[in-house]
Amino acid sequence: MALVQQSSPHAHRARPTSRVMLWVIIAAVPGLLAQTVFFGWGNLINVVWCIALALATEAAILKWRSKPVGFFLKDNTAAVTGLLLGLSLPQFAPWWVSAVAVFSAIVVAKQLYGGLGSNPFNPAMVGYALVLISFPLAMTTNWAAPVGLWQDAPGFGETLSAIASGQQTAVDGWTMATPLDEYKHKVGSHTAAEITIHPTFGNFVARGWEWVNAAFLAGGLVLLALRIISWHIPVGFLGGLVAMSLLFGTNADQYAPLSLHLLAGGTMLGAFFIATDPVSAATSHQGKLIYAVGIGALVYLIRSWGNYPDAVAFSVLLMNFAVPFIDYYTPPRTYGHHKARRGLPTRKQD
Amino acid sequence: MTQLWNFGGGVHPPENKSQSNSRPIRPAGLPAKLILPLQQHIGEPARCIVEPGQKVLKGEVIAQVGNGMGVPVHAPTSGIVERISLEPVPHPSGMSDTCVVLIPDGEERWCELVPQPEYRKLERDQVLALIRQAGIVGLGGAGFPTNIKLRPSVDRKVDTLILNGAECEPYITADDMTMREKADQVMAGLRIMAWLLRPARVVIGIEENKPEAIAALRQAAEGSKTEIAVIPTIYPSGGEKQLIQILTGQEVPSGGIPADIGVMCQNIGTAVAVADAILQGKPLISRVMTATGEALAEPGNFEVLVGTPTSHLLTCAGVDKQRMSRLVLGGPMMGYTLPNTDIPLIKPSNCVIAASASELPAPAPEQPCIRCGQCAEACPMELLPQQLFWHAKATEFEKAEHLNLFDCIECGACSYVCPSSIPLVQYYRFAKGEIRLQRAEQQKSDRARVRFEARQQRLDREQQEKDQRRKDRALAAAKAQEQKTADAQTRAQDGTVTDERAGKSALVEQALARKKAKTAAASAERTEPSTQLSEEAAPSETFAPENADKTPAAETAPSVEELEQQLTQAQAKLEKMQSMLEDARSGQAPNVDKLERAVDKNIERVRRAQRAIDDAQQQAVPANRNAEPALSRSND
Repeated sequence: MALVQQSSPHAHRARPTSRVMLWVIIAAVPGLLAQTVFFGWGNLINVVWCIALALATEAAILKWRSKPVGFFLKDNTAAVTGLLLGLSLPQFAPWWVSAVAVFSAIVVAKQLYGGLGSNPFNPAMVGYALVLISFPLAMTTNWAAPVGLWQDAPGFGETLSAIASGQQTAVDGWTMATPLDEYKHKVGSHTAAEITIHPTFGNFVARGWEWVNAAFLAGGLVLLALRIISWHIPVGFLGGLVAMSLLFGTNADQYAPLSLHLLAGGTMLGAFFIATDPVSAATSHQGKLIYAVGIGALVYLIRSWGNYPDAVAFSVLLMNFAVPFIDYYTPPRTYGHHKARRGLPTRKQD
Repeated sequence: MTQLWNFGGGVHPPENKSQSNSRPIRPAGLPAKLILPLQQHIGEPARCIVEPGQKVLKGEVIAQVGNGMGVPVHAPTSGIVERISLEPVPHPSGMSDTCVVLIPDGEERWCELVPQPEYRKLERDQVLALIRQAGIVGLGGAGFPTNIKLRPSVDRKVDTLILNGAECEPYITADDMTMREKADQVMAGLRIMAWLLRPARVVIGIEENKPEAIAALRQAAEGSKTEIAVIPTIYPSGGEKQLIQILTGQEVPSGGIPADIGVMCQNIGTAVAVADAILQGKPLISRVMTATGEALAEPGNFEVLVGTPTSHLLTCAGVDKQRMSRLVLGGPMMGYTLPNTDIPLIKPSNCVIAASASELPAPAPEQPCIRCGQCAEACPMELLPQQLFWHAKATEFEKAEHLNLFDCIECGACSYVCPSSIPLVQYYRFAKGEIRLQRAEQQKSDRARVRFEARQQRLDREQQEKDQRRKDRALAAAKAQEQKTADAQTRAQDGTVTDERAGKSALVEQALARKKAKTAAASAERTEPSTQLSEEAAPSETFAPENADKTPAAETAPSVEELEQQLTQAQAKLEKMQSMLEDARSGQAPNVDKLERAVDKNIERVRRAQRAIDDAQQQAVPANRNAEPALSRSND
């Protein structure tokens, strides 16, 4: 028998990309469950629909690009993109909104840039931002009311048909402004006490949302424990958000309180699942921190002074732009060197 | 308790050490033949000093080195030199090198050994020479001559001597078993090295997964100042730079050596070899090696003679050739595959893994890099492996170098963790190779440029000198012409002669008369002017021989009138050519070069003709003879 000739190392850790991505999907399950418990079937239906669509789109475009379809589909990255969109879109977003989001995520943001590993922007967030700008009505009026505040709660079938009908807006009684939206529109003209009397805030911080965020936090901690993500991005993200909140808005009458920033909207999903997308994030530890702090700060800025109640997608995309720059200026100090070699190589004169 | 530091990164691959460290060290015995490469070390290869058919004793030097870097090779057993030939040697490239093939006679007869138990009474240089003569190189893998390492330059005082017992690579247990079974020899070798270096601190670093070795060394080091530092088990803690960081908190400067920061690392096996060499006089002819892997029925450690073919060791360990799919020399992280089992095991070889297909499976196909950064987490040198990979793949070597590509120690931690199964280390090797090639070519072209510029300068200088000579000659000719006219005028004024021609013929007559007198007196001198001429004529082709040919014919000298006539002709021609040359120059004509050459020639001829006349005026015959060919040529 001929002996195998191979270059070192000969041993490899058995944790391929497909398993890494599978862990991301598994870690998102508690969040999805919380969403389902507190906001009905909408997210689950969206997740399934987006994943199916993402896989189909990826398969089609891989075939078109003459790439091995099975080999790339098995890496589970398209599924993760679909999952993230399904988790982020409003519960009653019509099917075609999700479809446009998935399509632009997979085709435009990912495959047109060269496929996995070559996309400068977070595909899911490209899709999300695109539909948010393109279909503002569908993207703002379709947020489900938290459980207990529904008049005539929709079942699975009703939710499915509401999504499948393609109507821009769902039944009024099923939906409700999100806590961030509510606070944003009333802050300034109302006191904090007046604002939070709205049922969407519930008894604690933000009815339902607080649990969803807690669940995503828990899932994120699992990813941290498995060393699938490093602490730099979540800590930077949340740290940036907290720092901005402490800097500007300890007065709840003027600015949304920190608790709301942390536990409402897509904060934890963004910090642990979206901003941590390695392909479009910065590389080094220092770079990751800068990148993530930037996202956290931008989230606060846009939420407080921008036109949108939530801002994870825009903040992530804006910082994606900065990644190549950040990478050039944040390499670690190599062993045996006095300092890190920042910037680009200066051409030697010869 | 020794204070420890952490190094960045590191991985925890499955250790796989229990397979081979549960049996004591066994002798591998005598193979049917020993293949001894002349180069088992870094430096110049040893020079073979035996001949085929020669009988050698165990421990006898069979290859010696000169004054350069290198160590001799010894016969590991007594026997007969079969041949000196090119044989495949252990090398990642699978190359062949000159080897001495020795057939053991089974008698194991030693040559005379000179133990030096009282080495402390010797000079340190003498002990270093003994270490060199014993053929000792670093047994950790690189094979650097130990005597050179043990003699750092004067400005690099070694404060800390580290004995590297980390053995962090999976599977390998050679150092572990050596420490367990030869703890006293390890300590003895360490003491010799410490005596040579006089460090302030001596420390042995051992990973915590070797409790038996730690206990054995603690016992052997009882009462000495040697520290036994138990370090965490993490790959690559046994990397020289990493171990230094763990034990001293210092970093070896990039591109430097440990001695730069007053530290030196030595290998466990090297310590044993030093002890054997000094205390028993035995050269390095065998070492402890691990033979392990699922294809072996009885994996373990063996005392293996240098030059033993791999197949012999595998047989000793009960190889099942059908199960063996990959044969790795070294560990699974940094070792390289052997193409066959004939390859000899040499001084730096520490482990052979006969792996089954399931044990070291083929890596999965490479997927795109997702920039997950696991590699950067694992890198013990704190590089950015994924960026390096990116630049290496894009052949942006400048950027890769900027990110300190050359600090990569190729430990394989990044490839080990890569979820996309990218052979990162291979990319780095590729990039390093390409950069080295580029550098070599750059150097070559730099040298060529320097050479070219020097040549250009020389040619310019020669051209200038030539031009200068031409000018001088032209000037001299003009002056001579002036002088002559002036002389003639003076004479005319004096009234001695009425016209130039008459004056000249009178002079010639005088000259002829003088000549006649002289020819009789000194015929031998005749050759002299001819030699002079040939020297002058050297640049203008074949004057000298032609001249020599014509010498006899020219005995009958032409009259000065003829010479004069010819000179006038030549001058007219020269003037014409010079004016042509001026025209050509101003018109940028292509024949400038040609004309220049022609003008030069003519100047030369005119000058010569001038001289011929001058000579003729003084000495008549020799001058005419010399001038004749030049003038005759000017007519053609």
